[in-house]
Amino acid sequence: MATKTLSPKSGAHFRLALPPLSGRLRPRLITVCTALAAATFLAVGWAVSMGDFPITFTEALKAVVGVGDPGTLLIVQELRLPRAVVGVLVGFAFGLSGAIFQTMTRNALASPDMIGFTQGAGTAVVAGIVFGWTSTVSTQVLGLLGTFVMAALVYVLAWRRGTTGYRIILVGIGLQWMATSATDYLVARGMQFQAHAALGWLTGNLNGRDWSQALPLALTMAVLVPAALALGRLTRTLQLGDDVAIGLGTRVQFVRLALLVTGVGLVAFGTAAGGPIAFVALAAPQIAQRLAGTAWPPPLAAGLTGALFVVGSDLAAARLFPMELPVGIVTGVLGAPILLWLLIRANRAGSGG
Amino acid sequence: MIPELQAGGLQLAYDQRVVVDDLDVKVPPGRITAIVGANACGKSTLLRALARLLSPRKGAVQLDGRALHSIPTRELARQLGILPQGPTAPEGLTVLDLVTRGRSPHQTWWRQWSKADEAAVHGALAATGIADLAGRAVDELSGGQRQRAWIAMAVAQGTPVLLLDEPTTYLDLAHQIDVLDLIHDLNRNEGRTIVMVLHDLNQACRYADHVIAMKGGRIVAEGDPADVITAENVAEVFDLRCQVTTDPVSGTPLVIPMGRHHTS
Repeated sequence: MATKTLSPKSGAHFRLALPPLSGRLRPRLITVCTALAAATFLAVGWAVSMGDFPITFTEALKAVVGVGDPGTLLIVQELRLPRAVVGVLVGFAFGLSGAIFQTMTRNALASPDMIGFTQGAGTAVVAGIVFGWTSTVSTQVLGLLGTFVMAALVYVLAWRRGTTGYRIILVGIGLQWMATSATDYLVARGMQFQAHAALGWLTGNLNGRDWSQALPLALTMAVLVPAALALGRLTRTLQLGDDVAIGLGTRVQFVRLALLVTGVGLVAFGTAAGGPIAFVALAAPQIAQRLAGTAWPPPLAAGLTGALFVVGSDLAAARLFPMELPVGIVTGVLGAPILLWLLIRANRAGSGG
Repeated sequence: MIPELQAGGLQLAYDQRVVVDDLDVKVPPGRITAIVGANACGKSTLLRALARLLSPRKGAVQLDGRALHSIPTRELARQLGILPQGPTAPEGLTVLDLVTRGRSPHQTWWRQWSKADEAAVHGALAATGIADLAGRAVDELSGGQRQRAWIAMAVAQGTPVLLLDEPTTYLDLAHQIDVLDLIHDLNRNEGRTIVMVLHDLNQACRYADHVIAMKGGRIVAEGDPADVITAENVAEVFDLRCQVTTDPVSGTPLVIPMGRHHTS
């Protein structure tokens, strides 16, 4: 027997007798997630229908599921859809990863692009381009390696009788600047066309993405996204500080390592597919948190915000500007004002942060 | 049945600095115990060890004869609660959300709001007198209300043993008494074992059944407040000359410090 109640004291919740399922519901969070998912769907539909060869929205959606003339199918399935799918996946991965790190460290600045992981990927890829390794190893593999090496370094160097969120951030910022300097050095000593290719990758770009980028990312995310959402429950005690969390029966060091591995996996595969698209991992969780009115970055909403953010920015990059820009330039330009607006609005309403 | 908390041969250290060495302690079950002592005497360190926040270098803390580190962490969290000093909640977290999180050791992936959870949360809100604040953000409350919210979280956890590290610090006098009265109620109404670190000796005498006085990482005296809080012991523990009279309200010892400028 199911009971669904809306008592003013406990808020909305559900409780089934058999199986003994129960939980609390957050109506506003559910609404926000639904709206974000719908908006992302529309953005993808728009992305596959617009271009030099215009296709109507309905035709484009039909072509996605394999109905239409061969020309339309080719354009939608091989050119536009992979790009949109990579955009959705990369954005979701970045947003979710940002939410994980911000929750784990209890600090909004602790997104993977602030604590060196993304810069590690950048150094590895640029080194590959400058030293000519890219003929044997793909930039995707280099990006993965760079992120993983950087994450391992951050974790090991931050370890002192266990890790704390604070030390992870400080060590991460230090390593981030070392990686950035190394990348700058490589770009400076590289030849002109190499430097150009390196800078192109460093901006974050969805241009010319095909299924070979989408597939590895999709497979990884099929594992990591459920893992991250499941770990989300354990972060509810972690948000109260390590001591309280231990007192509430949380294995703090294990949970933090599991979160780190999941978050690094998401950002590593995301970066490998789309490059270090700026600002998404930092801003998407914070935007989602303010939309949903929660006291922490909600993981699912953060992922959806990231997906909408990247696909929307890619659309804007292709349509709003006289020349086609890489998506990474637009995410910063679009994202910063949105976040600032939400922050200012929250401060005016009396509840800061 | 209230579990018994005790420790034997404890050596507690931060890195190379040994704070407590070869300490034995037994917490009287079902009673309120106050640990007192000067700053840096090891009282918070001892409480952290009793709460398994600090692993002993030697010896062990035992709950009903089982070493804490051998008890699965969630099972332990259903027996032993800890409220650390000065906890912070994420900005905007509501009181209801905070108190609900105290139920974590009782919840599973699929069962996150059982009838027992709901009853415990509402019981804790009522017991701490903050039911009408349930929808407010914790960081917007006054210091006294905030401390009540955190205690409510620990109450909702429903542990027979509850440890509190300086629960009255940063509170004004009225709120200090308010929180101590609340702790007294939890002990008398629900029979929970309470161990707390306190700074104020007079409050310790009033509210505790058992006082442990520490200096330099060892226990100088322990027992009934009337036996422990004497002028001699206070002089030894705090290096402070004082007179001890009887509290006109509670009949417990009342410490009147003298200092350098006053004599009797």
